[in-house]
Amino acid sequence: MIKKVINLGDTSLYCDFGDIVNKKTNSKVINLFRYLTDEIQKKKIEGIINLTPSYNKLIISYDLKITNYQKLKTFLDNINYKDINFPSKNKVVEIPVCYEEPFCLDLKHISEKLKISNEEFINKHLSGDYFVYMTGFIAGMPFIGDLSKDLYLNRLKTPRVRVPAGSVGIVEQFCNIYTFESPGGWNIIGKTPLKIFDKNNYLKPAVLSPGDQIKIIRISLKEFEKLNVK
Amino acid sequence: MSNNCYLEIIRPGINSTFQDKGRFGLHHFGIPVSGAMDYRSYLISNALVKNDFKVGVLEFAYQGPLIKLHNGNANFCITGNVIFKIIKKNKDIIEGVCNKNYFIEDQDQIDILITKKSVFGYLSFEGGFVLEKSWNSVSTNTKAKIGPNDGNKLNSGDKIFLKKNNIENFKARYLKIDYKEDNEIRVLIGPNYDYFSKDSQDRFFKEDFLITNLTDRMGMRLKGFGLENIKSSNIRSEGIVKGVIQVPPDGHPIIMLSDYGTIGGYPKIANVASVDYDKLAQKIPNTKIKFKCIDLSEAEKLYKNYRDSISKVINNIKLIK
Repeated sequence: MIKKVINLGDTSLYCDFGDIVNKKTNSKVINLFRYLTDEIQKKKIEGIINLTPSYNKLIISYDLKITNYQKLKTFLDNINYKDINFPSKNKVVEIPVCYEEPFCLDLKHISEKLKISNEEFINKHLSGDYFVYMTGFIAGMPFIGDLSKDLYLNRLKTPRVRVPAGSVGIVEQFCNIYTFESPGGWNIIGKTPLKIFDKNNYLKPAVLSPGDQIKIIRISLKEFEKLNVK
Repeated sequence: MSNNCYLEIIRPGINSTFQDKGRFGLHHFGIPVSGAMDYRSYLISNALVKNDFKVGVLEFAYQGPLIKLHNGNANFCITGNVIFKIIKKNKDIIEGVCNKNYFIEDQDQIDILITKKSVFGYLSFEGGFVLEKSWNSVSTNTKAKIGPNDGNKLNSGDKIFLKKNNIENFKARYLKIDYKEDNEIRVLIGPNYDYFSKDSQDRFFKEDFLITNLTDRMGMRLKGFGLENIKSSNIRSEGIVKGVIQVPPDGHPIIMLSDYGTIGGYPKIANVASVDYDKLAQKIPNTKIKFKCIDLSEAEKLYKNYRDSISKVINNIKLIK
């Protein structure tokens, strides 16, 4: 299950699930994340203050006044991983995306680079089977995968100073959505009118959680404007 | 509850935000802990005005706010290393002393001029401010626009209400603090320590690093000899916590502070030990710091001693007769 556990400073455990980044590795990360979330809620374990799942790591942060590395490491060592499986919790979230001007900032250069038409690119992007690897960096930003291999691109050589909030970008096997206006180097293909991060939603401020499945729905500029008004 | 007593913000200061212990359990949504940068000064400021340690305070950096009290009287204190004065209604001026509490009345002003050889200062009022909590915290995260004031720093003209309108039986209390602080920052080796050449590893603990101006509540950019990465200058993006020292491709380390991004993709060479967070946060740009390597059990022991020393300081608060 976990390949290696070490300390990250004196307030976190760094759980490494191996170098291969794919859905299988990430599912293991998310299963442990969900299991620990449950255990914390049931008060079976104390002192954990944050869990940070990513592609192939889970960072468990704790309050050093309450617990320490050794106690939590022992807890992890005693988990029976056969019992950890939460596949049924994966839900499907629909994300509307408009691929038109003025949102598709890099679509033209992408088509040139990949030697396919805009329409071919969009159809390929729409046909993917996607899930959320992790959320973070900036609040609520989802890292979605996996893109079809023939759509892989590198980061922009010169990152943009400002990427508008809602922009949908791609790099390598991943796709993300900028939840705030932010600097960024991803290739921008469109924009969603969906508010991906809402700080007023106390229970679930981010629309997408690690492990969610994603269905991308293509919308026109008119539909975008209609949805954006809400 | 009637809250008539309020503070008028005449001048907001450079970066004044409400902070407390921070907010927890939200990393998987991309929300960092935030909270007071110098946790020790935050705890002491609450203790001096007899508040619970979790009460929100006003943190300021360099120049602080100019504040006028309306419709009541109040008990406040300022902690850190700060030059400030109290301008009484009758124009009398009292030179302020840190780590001491004061009684002020309607129309009195507090003018927080500047922090001395340090970055952050803390202003606490007995009873605390009337602030809306987000996820059980009043800490302001200006990047994610979370916290009081819609996640923004203080502005001119803001009105901040106090929970207590009237102080009865005011007693002046004082605390003598004598920190002897050096520029040595103790760290634990990070998960990507072996990404760096043997020579860079050695020099990391031998040479000085300069704190640059590119430093805020999110992170501290250092300038040093330029570490040589012999493996890869990018890693798979993964979780970040406060105190992580990342090294981007240019070889100059960045230390993540309270408002860190929760995910990052640069190799982590080391992590600041909890015992030295507060000390580090108060270091001003152009200070040279030096890293010292310690192991986990040492770090845990040092942190416990540090917490005990803060409790001891708080227990030593004396009444002024």
